[in-house]
Amino acid sequence: MLALPPAPAPAPRRQLIVGTAFGGAAVAMFFGGMLAIWLRYRNAAPLRTASNGEMIKDWVPEDFVIHQVSSNLMLITMAAGCIMAQLGVYSARRGDKAHASLGLGLAAIMGLAVINAQAFLYSQADVAMAGGLVNSMFYAITGSWMLLVVALVTATAIAAFRYLGGRTQDREVVSAVALFWYIATVVYSAVWLIVYVVK
Amino acid sequence: MTTIDTRPEHGAAALTGNGTGSAALAGLTGWITTADHKRIGRLFIGFGLLMAVGALVLGGLAGIERIDPDGTFLPSDAIAQLVSLYRVAIPFFVVAPLLLGLGIAVVPLQLGARGIAFGRLAALGFWTWLFGAGATVAAFIGNGGPAGGAPKMVQLFLTSLGLSIVGLLLAAVSLATTVLTTRAPGLTVRRVPAFAWASLVGATAMIVSLPVLLGDLMLLTVDHRSARTPGFGTNQDLLTWMGWGLTQPLTYLLAIPVLGVAVDIVATAARRRIALRDPLFIGIGLLALGTLGTVTQRLQTVSWSGTSSADKINDLIPYALFTLLPILGPVVVLGVIGQLLASGKPRLASPPAFLFGLLGLLLFLVGVAAHGLTGLVDLQLVGTTYEEGVLVFVAGGAVLSTLGGICHWGPKLWGRKLPSGAVLPLVGLGALGVLLAGAPLLVAGFQGQPALATSGFDYELAPEALNLLAAVGLGLMALTVVGFAAIALKGFLTGPSAGDDPWDGSTLEWATTSPAPADNFAEIHRVSSAEPLLDLKPAGSDA
Repeated sequence: MLALPPAPAPAPRRQLIVGTAFGGAAVAMFFGGMLAIWLRYRNAAPLRTASNGEMIKDWVPEDFVIHQVSSNLMLITMAAGCIMAQLGVYSARRGDKAHASLGLGLAAIMGLAVINAQAFLYSQADVAMAGGLVNSMFYAITGSWMLLVVALVTATAIAAFRYLGGRTQDREVVSAVALFWYIATVVYSAVWLIVYVVK
Repeated sequence: MTTIDTRPEHGAAALTGNGTGSAALAGLTGWITTADHKRIGRLFIGFGLLMAVGALVLGGLAGIERIDPDGTFLPSDAIAQLVSLYRVAIPFFVVAPLLLGLGIAVVPLQLGARGIAFGRLAALGFWTWLFGAGATVAAFIGNGGPAGGAPKMVQLFLTSLGLSIVGLLLAAVSLATTVLTTRAPGLTVRRVPAFAWASLVGATAMIVSLPVLLGDLMLLTVDHRSARTPGFGTNQDLLTWMGWGLTQPLTYLLAIPVLGVAVDIVATAARRRIALRDPLFIGIGLLALGTLGTVTQRLQTVSWSGTSSADKINDLIPYALFTLLPILGPVVVLGVIGQLLASGKPRLASPPAFLFGLLGLLLFLVGVAAHGLTGLVDLQLVGTTYEEGVLVFVAGGAVLSTLGGICHWGPKLWGRKLPSGAVLPLVGLGALGVLLAGAPLLVAGFQGQPALATSGFDYELAPEALNLLAAVGLGLMALTVVGFAAIALKGFLTGPSAGDDPWDGSTLEWATTSPAPADNFAEIHRVSSAEPLLDLKPAGSDA
């Protein structure tokens, strides 16, 4: 066997960040594909006269009520969660254990608030899953989104507890969680715009 | 823990150490709980080969049914399920796991890494894929595939296929991250071996493409479970929504590593540095342009008759970008291989690996090029057996290439060489099988024989003979895989010891012992070129 020159162990190459970025790309394509089909159907829908006299796409049924405040609040909460996660990264880089844990903890709470808002929106919407094409697509997209937030909260909580437990050198985990928050927020921005605003 | 740390032994060693289990149980536990990339890769390859035999037998049975369009060799309600399972199994249970498995087993060694990134994620990916694949087969058995008659089994099919895709994605994320983050010092991305680069490109293409299909499956699952709206249709319409995921270009995206296998095997035989490294990497990347054709979920077509010049140009641009340009990729790779072979006199230390790799690439190229014709509307090839023929060439090329990869890198995984004399006839048998199985289907497609149908067609050009040849071809392919598995089982268990560098290789995987130890390398190596072992070998190795 030929002997190549030995080398010291290479510096870590942000493995978790790269993995999260790949995972984020997959998540973005997953939601992008579903939203594309939503838009494709919406585009093919005929026009109808709305109650205010405007001509709109005959896509979302008239009895389909979406609690707009909840959907807007979710977007704001996700943005706030990003700020909290970034606070965690900022503090972790400076070895500030208290604020890093606080940032991650608050981000996790933001995630729980989003889940709560989505559940509230479901209860207010009063939409039967079996009610038609829009209904089933609505639940498929927003349900997948909720699963993503559950994963996000879990990852944030794990990072927070690891940090609280003394693994303060694992700053990459905190950065990866923050990246996950940004990706999830971008995904929700698209869902919010297409499903809740444009409809 | 990073991939340059020493990993603790799991499973087998732990059980044996405390004496609580028998050796067999310890061995089994070791395989089930392993995070060692070499074991995970071999699990993917082993079950991929098993699935390949099953899928080829199913395809052969469907082919026999086609020989006599009026015959009833199989029960009529089983035929549609059987053909559908064959179409689902080939990309997701054969091509993807075989090449992903080979990448997981070999790429960390090529990079000089002590392990794969996220080893447990890769292991989770394998078990998720295996569970999903098993449940998918069970759903088909229960009449639950596309066009199936049992609603709950159709739901099981949609869910389990989604699960197997999630498994593939997890493994792909692990592999792609490995290439970007675990390279030895000095091994820049431009210096990684061709197979590692092709694995990165292939895994990235999977990460971008497969979630779109997963999204389709999610929509179909929710709709099928609750609403069953006309928008998504009935069981009969499932293929309308997810059919793009069972055909080209997605299938050839899953097979991108074929290009890297061929280049690395030829480069080892030629004992030359790859002078055209940049064109090679660009060529492999070009094939990934097919990704654009998958994420749009539709085939880009061009029609010459009855359309205006403006429409033709409008159609031609996406067709050229999504369909024609990717063909250039394998052609460039073939050119690089030609240059390698022409620059020196290759020494075939392992003729089966060389021939499997090269023939696999050529057959794959035929498939990718033939796909280019599918988009020409005037030829009316969409929905015919032509698409099946293309699939056979792509998948057949991928399978042969994997067999070549096993011959080539097997010594690093098992520590033993396969007997060349026993394997060599299988090269010819396999290539003949792919040609016989694929070419008649291409011809039948031009005659208008519908895909997925085993009856109700007739044309002048001897349909019985064409379908007989195709069935025989699939049978030969199945025989090749079975024969290879038998020889590999015996050869890798009892064959002659391979030695650490049996093929006089030039890349890092040949710088460790055979088989590679749990942590791959006793120490981290520093490299200063793309072919670090050639730097240490006598003159004449360099171009």
